[in-house]
Amino acid sequence: MAKKVALLQGNQACAAGAVYAGCKFFGGYPITPSTEVAEELSISLPKVGGKFIQMEDEIGAMASVIGASLTGMKSLTATSGPGVSLKQELIGYACIAEVPCVIINVMRGGPSTGMPTGPGQSDVMQAMWGTHGDHAAIALVPSSVQEIFSETVRAFNLAEKYRMPVQVLFDEIVGHMRERIVFPEPGELEVIDREAPTDGPDTYKPYDSTKGQIPPLASFGSGYKFHVTGLNKADDGFPTTKASLVDAEERRQVDKVMDNVADIESNEEYLTEDAEVVIWAFGSTARSARYAVNELRKEGIKAGLFRPITLWPFPTKRTAELAVQCKAIVVAEMNLGQMIHEVERAAKGNCVVAGEFRVDGEPINPAQIMKKVKEVL
Amino acid sequence: MSGARLEIIERNCKGCSICVEFCPKNVLEMDVFLVTAPRPEDCIKCMQCELLCPDFAIKVHDE
Amino acid sequence: MAYDYEKSIRPGKLPHIWCPGCGHGIVMKGLIRAMDTCGLDRKNTAIVSGIGCASRLPGYLDACTLHTAHGRAAAFATGVKMAKPEMTVICCGGDGDGTAIGGNHFIHACRRNIDMTYVLMNNFIYGMTGGQFSPCTPTGAKASTTPYGNPDPIFDISKLAIGAGATFVARTTAAHPREIDKLIVQGIQHKGMSIIEVLDDCPTTYGRRNKFRSVVDMMKHLKANAVPIKAAAKMTAEQLQGKFLTGVLFHDTEKPEYCAQYAEVIKKAQGA
Ligand SMILES: Cc1ncc(C[n+]2csc(CCOP(=O)(O)OP(=O)(O)O)c2C)c(N)n1
Ligand code: SF4
Ligand code: SF4
Ligand code: SF4
Ligand SMILES: [Mg+2]
Repeated sequence: MAKKVALLQGNQACAAGAVYAGCKFFGGYPITPSTEVAEELSISLPKVGGKFIQMEDEIGAMASVIGASLTGMKSLTATSGPGVSLKQELIGYACIAEVPCVIINVMRGGPSTGMPTGPGQSDVMQAMWGTHGDHAAIALVPSSVQEIFSETVRAFNLAEKYRMPVQVLFDEIVGHMRERIVFPEPGELEVIDREAPTDGPDTYKPYDSTKGQIPPLASFGSGYKFHVTGLNKADDGFPTTKASLVDAEERRQVDKVMDNVADIESNEEYLTEDAEVVIWAFGSTARSARYAVNELRKEGIKAGLFRPITLWPFPTKRTAELAVQCKAIVVAEMNLGQMIHEVERAAKGNCVVAGEFRVDGEPINPAQIMKKVKEVL
Repeated sequence: MSGARLEIIERNCKGCSICVEFCPKNVLEMDVFLVTAPRPEDCIKCMQCELLCPDFAIKVHDE
Repeated sequence: MAYDYEKSIRPGKLPHIWCPGCGHGIVMKGLIRAMDTCGLDRKNTAIVSGIGCASRLPGYLDACTLHTAHGRAAAFATGVKMAKPEMTVICCGGDGDGTAIGGNHFIHACRRNIDMTYVLMNNFIYGMTGGQFSPCTPTGAKASTTPYGNPDPIFDISKLAIGAGATFVARTTAAHPREIDKLIVQGIQHKGMSIIEVLDDCPTTYGRRNKFRSVVDMMKHLKANAVPIKAAAKMTAEQLQGKFLTGVLFHDTEKPEYCAQYAEVIKKAQGA
């Protein structure tokens, strides 16, 4: 049977990917340029028996998503710029309470209301450090409509597997771009559900690290009675201020991601084997970068592209290897220089690291990138 | 009516004296920071002390 | 005779953290009795709170308990209830939590008329943080941030809930313990958003600053100034000055409940 093909907008592909992953709950608040994700799910979720709710604000939306997830439902919210700022409080809650959920951030410029209809990539540091306190983060950055579908599915998988919030960031360009998408058949993409507890209700502890780095999460209403809090807590879920317990829990929650980078990481490389200069770019900027690589090659410059698909945890290891191999890395991003700091840190001075930035609401074009490459070589 | 047995759970009592003040029969007394029940025979089992104790520290039992 | 509260309380959790004489403990007892009267299966009961002294309540109770972030209880609870409408959902928390930082979630949960019962402990102050004024601190009263007397007017929480669309709204005080469980029972049995406002006391941060000599003084004040709604009908505005109405203030059984409404949406979407 021929596969189902469609011409879809990125935001619609995101909604379709969520349903494919088994998402049954969406709580949101409208904001450009993410709104189509909500609109699409308001149609498709009730069809599969799922629930859609438009909350009073983004904080409420994030709260509803965490509440729904605690009953065992795969849950999603989608927003942009100012909405992400509001959600940060409860993204932190989902981190410490270890509640799986997915947050879509269709990035626009900022700060504040900024340019609602213009693209941006300026939330990349916020995705890691937006909420207060020490924590780990997972953020995925697809760059095509097809990839938005598959990365949304992967975001749910990672959220369920690592029991934490996972963010998917794409800029307005990819979110609103229409592209051909081939729908994966059911079963074609892996779909992971959270692990069920092995302990019965009488002995179950929601943060029992003897069960592994990621203790299983029971669902409210499934026979288990347990306590969930945003306070530092012991393995039984109840608040504690005991230094050794607080320390162990905080570290476990970071280690569960950092010890599994190989499983979470995903990058694409294009012509990097012999590259003298590597363009480091993600999302829609990586599309311009790829074009630039081809043009530069035609001119005899050995250029390559490194495109992270998992942005957090940061691809430190591979970036460091590339820094040793090449003369220069050019980081192109639609902000005034955010990921470049991480690239510099990974490069450890082994090559030149230069940035090509833009925040005027226009995408970074190949000519700009090419010019920068020629400057640094 | 015969009196009641008043059980005082000392580790829960915080000595707020609400029970003492709201007892209509003056059954209870404060012993510095802890409640005592020197006159259980006067108790009419109105339950005010138990209902109003914020600390789950006093129980009225049938004797 | 003696009530068995202990079977509802998680082992080893007493004594609780509240100060001597804090009204929140009295409310918790009322809630336990109400849950027993309604025969609630604790495995299918979610108790959701925000942050504050009052919001520490769920941690003591043997149920599915969710201690969220400051002000967010109603929004978390909305997610739980939407996802699993077969669960009984109870919210609890303080006046600051529910009507200041959480005011927006509170009014919108009322507007939706989602089936849950919100026990709001109004002690007229931000207790946990040491007695700053809340939206319910009486005008003129002393709080740690109103050294010259509170210039702010107050929220009437019950009126706010009625105006926002809750369909069962009742008020009582910590000095009326039997009415606490009676009203919570009615709230739980009512299908829709039920608000039970319980006026209680914070002797530690409110009483001391406001000329109450003791917690007993505060309890007596609550007892003396509560006027049952029926009695109030026969009183003049002058007589009602400084009093608070208690009992069932509003009850509407007509307005559709939110989860039931959404079940209709699902039917339509599935072409039934
Ligand atoms: C976002 C946020 N802001 C402020 C606080 C500090 N805070 C904790 S509890 C509280 C007030 C609680 O007052 P109320 O809800 O009336 O409960 P009470 O302690 O009086 O029972 C405040 C301001 C917080 N925890 N989180
Ligand atoms: S039951 Fe009533 S009479 Fe007896 S001790 Fe308690 S308050 Fe006093
Ligand atoms: S009301 Fe309770 S806590 Fe207060 S003095 Fe009496 S027994 Fe003790
Ligand atoms: S500070 Fe006030 S509200 Fe908090 S526990 Fe003490 S008396 Fe109760
Ligand atoms: Mg308060």
